[in-house]
Amino acid sequence: MNYEIIGIGILWLFLYGYLLAASVDFGAGFFHFYNKATKKSAEIDQLIQRYLSPVWEVTNVFLVFFFIGLVGFFPATAYYFGTVLLIPVSITIVLLAVRGSYYAFNTYGSKENLLYSFFYGTAGLFIPASLMVILAISEGGFLQFSNGTIELLYHDLLTSWLPWSLVSLAMVSVLFISSSFLAFYSWKAAEEKAYRLFRKYTLFLAFPVMLASLFVVFAISRHSSLRFQILEDLSWIFMFSFFFFCGAVFLTWKRRKPGLAFVCVMTQYFTAWFGYGASHLPYLLYPHLTIYDGVVNDSMAFALLLAFAGGMVLLIPSLLLLMRLFLFDTEYVQGKKQ
Amino acid sequence: MFIEYDPAVYSRILTALTLSFHILFATIGVGVPLMIALAEWTGIRKNDPHYILLARRWARGFVVTVAVGVVTGTAIGLQLSLLWPDFMQLAGQAISLPLFMETFAFFVEAIFLGIYLYTWDRFTNPVKHLLLLMPVVIGAASSAFFITTVNAFMNAPQGFEIIGNTLVDISPLTAMFNPAVPTKTAHVLITCYLASALILAMIGALRIIRGETHVYHKKALHLTMTAAFVFSISTVLIGDLSGKYLAHYQPEKLAAAEWHFESTAHAPLLLGGVLLENGEVRYALELPYALSILAHGRPDAHVTGLDRFPEEDIAPLWIHYLFDVMVGSGVYLLFISALYLLYFWKFPGKLYHRALMKGIIISGPLAMLAVEAGWIFTEVGRQPWILYQVMRTTEGATTAYHVDAVLYLFTGLYAVLGATAGIVLWRMFTHNPVDREIFKRGL
Ligand code: HDD
Ligand code: HEM
Ligand code: HEM
Repeated sequence: MNYEIIGIGILWLFLYGYLLAASVDFGAGFFHFYNKATKKSAEIDQLIQRYLSPVWEVTNVFLVFFFIGLVGFFPATAYYFGTVLLIPVSITIVLLAVRGSYYAFNTYGSKENLLYSFFYGTAGLFIPASLMVILAISEGGFLQFSNGTIELLYHDLLTSWLPWSLVSLAMVSVLFISSSFLAFYSWKAAEEKAYRLFRKYTLFLAFPVMLASLFVVFAISRHSSLRFQILEDLSWIFMFSFFFFCGAVFLTWKRRKPGLAFVCVMTQYFTAWFGYGASHLPYLLYPHLTIYDGVVNDSMAFALLLAFAGGMVLLIPSLLLLMRLFLFDTEYVQGKKQ
Repeated sequence: MFIEYDPAVYSRILTALTLSFHILFATIGVGVPLMIALAEWTGIRKNDPHYILLARRWARGFVVTVAVGVVTGTAIGLQLSLLWPDFMQLAGQAISLPLFMETFAFFVEAIFLGIYLYTWDRFTNPVKHLLLLMPVVIGAASSAFFITTVNAFMNAPQGFEIIGNTLVDISPLTAMFNPAVPTKTAHVLITCYLASALILAMIGALRIIRGETHVYHKKALHLTMTAAFVFSISTVLIGDLSGKYLAHYQPEKLAAAEWHFESTAHAPLLLGGVLLENGEVRYALELPYALSILAHGRPDAHVTGLDRFPEEDIAPLWIHYLFDVMVGSGVYLLFISALYLLYFWKFPGKLYHRALMKGIIISGPLAMLAVEAGWIFTEVGRQPWILYQVMRTTEGATTAYHVDAVLYLFTGLYAVLGATAGIVLWRMFTHNPVDREIFKRGL
């Protein structure tokens, strides 16, 4: 293997980590607001807070890792950041900023505030959407080169199916992933009422997830037949993904093994994510930039990988400790420890 | 406004805006965990629950500032690529290593902060809880260290050769451990600690001056002021070494800061003053030999002046005032913390005198001002280079449209975030008085 593939593999893996953790986080933020606004139940609220509070900052670091690593391994991407992505990424930053800080203001401030939770609940839902627009741009076809500058064709972008399909998939996926996690979490917490609610949400959201996935496939086929071809060649991966999706829905339906159901959801997105990623390669930005011409020099690539290995030695035990204390500690989950 | 749209100008303003906003919170993010650790450790050592409560309350306010630090940090991390693409593309070849390592420091910091905050009463042995804070202290310090090595690299780039437009023969470690690193990282870290200690001292003094008499506040004040004394001595010493670094590696920066036009021996240090059109300096306080001492440690040393440099390579001369603000604050902070300790030992009866409390209260904002002044001084002082003697700032900037719109967007964002953070922190300060909490916990 070469540095390019290892590098992009690592980055893609961390972005998957972000996708998962952030979905749970953003979805929970949204449910928290929704439950408060509709005055559902305080226990559900507390349950959500108990999970969210210790982890949100960690979630953010996954994203930071991705984009710092991206310009580290592939410095040539910086050029596109600085030209075409200025506006879309700036919007994402604003949403991230609102989400992170208002979460903290609401949770750690001296009392809860419905307006604050509205801010972070909705901002959280739009972050994945805005990230998906950036992904759509990387599919190519929305850039124009003329006398030495590049421009983003906003009109073409906003009238294409592609970004909208990805946005819709992102938004429903966030809620789906989050509710299936919270179903598992509330089951562990032995909060019957919350479990029933999140189970209902999960089942209710399964159909839109299906629909949005088909919408993406349709949009890609419209966008570029070549791209569609590549996806078709990889369809076996997406079959796996579908299989795990069915497994998750089935288990949830039958009220069996919520933990396993969530693992199915994780696997469903893992396979789809890497299937999609594989179909995107070798392009970082189609057709202008591939991982081969954008990659950093060998000595830096080697240094980065070494740093990565060292970093993982720190990171994995720390993450395990975090999960052991807050996810797998039944007493904490049940709220018996503050 | 009727100026022609120049993305480089807007990029500079936006970078300056984001960084100066981030640095307020980052400084607290680096410094306060150490202070919390100090308080909790003192509490365990002396078996005094007041210190433990102190740590608890500081930690509660701290999470709010961390949140703003994290989101503005995320903004600057992305903006570096958004606004300085050519710089990142070139420099990234040599210096992305510490940036990448920084993310691991963030991970460790974030994970253990989460654990620390939610495990106050989980362990029978309190030392275990304190140990959980150590990764936060170390993680925050390392992230400051790593990011500062990047900034140091911009001042003293090395570890590569340039052929045409590309960097070759790259050595990431040589680039990372450049000559600016020792003084810069040390000065940045110690000033983070100093400013954080004084912000916390300010809170204690505010309580006392508002008439709260509980011994809790006195303990808080004493802990923070003692720490501030140690940190301010170190700050001044390391600041002196930073001056020597400049004299050796970036003499035109020091000369610009000191309005030192002609290279001479026995150079005096100028404080304040105004610069006339004809290059004459008026109303400045002149400390004989002091610049020679700052630059080389000897009163007779020869100090390079601006005459040795082409005009287009010289930074704007107003950085002189920033340098003065920083050094002036440094001297004041050392003075006030020494004064506190003097009263503590010699005149304990007058220790909580209003004038002294006021002096301490202003030292908090003053330390933050010094941090800002120091950063703007060092950044503007590096101009016109983004990468000293390798790449000019205008060459590194984006050419995108709409940077002006993005600037307005972020100005609005920071205004809203800053205001809300202020309100939330103020409410925490006023709504949950210590006395009530001490009573509630039965201390
Ligand atoms: C509480 C804040 C604070 C205080 C009291 C001081 N400084 Fe400072 N100084 C900083 C905060 C700071 C900083 C924000 O940390 C800077 C900006 C960039 C850097 O490397 O550190 C800095 C930079 C900086 C530089 C430029 C280094 C460079 O450009 O590479 C010099 C020469 C000094 N300082 C010298 C001093 C001296 C002689 C002080 C003594 C009184 C002093 N500073 C007090
Ligand atoms: C955190 C405190 C910092 C503050 C307050 C700060 C402040 C500033 C200011 C005021 C400018 C504009 C200079 C001008 O236009 O004349 C600037 C530019 C810049 N800074 Fe810094 N800076 C900080 C640290 C850093 C660090 C650690 C880095 C490196 C990672 C960095 C990278 C840059 C870049 C790339 C520019 C644009 C080029 C330039 O104008 O010099 N800064 N910063
Ligand atoms: C020397 C100046 C700086 C110091 C001391 C510093 C320190 C810190 C600290 C301690 C944090 C954690 C948040 C907190 O505890 O408040 C933080 C966040 C962050 N900083 Fe800065 N920073 C500096 C400048 C910069 C610059 C120039 C960049 C851009 C590369 C940057 C990127 C970030 C990022 C991406 C985060 C968010 C990390 C997360 O998600 O946890 N910082 N910074």
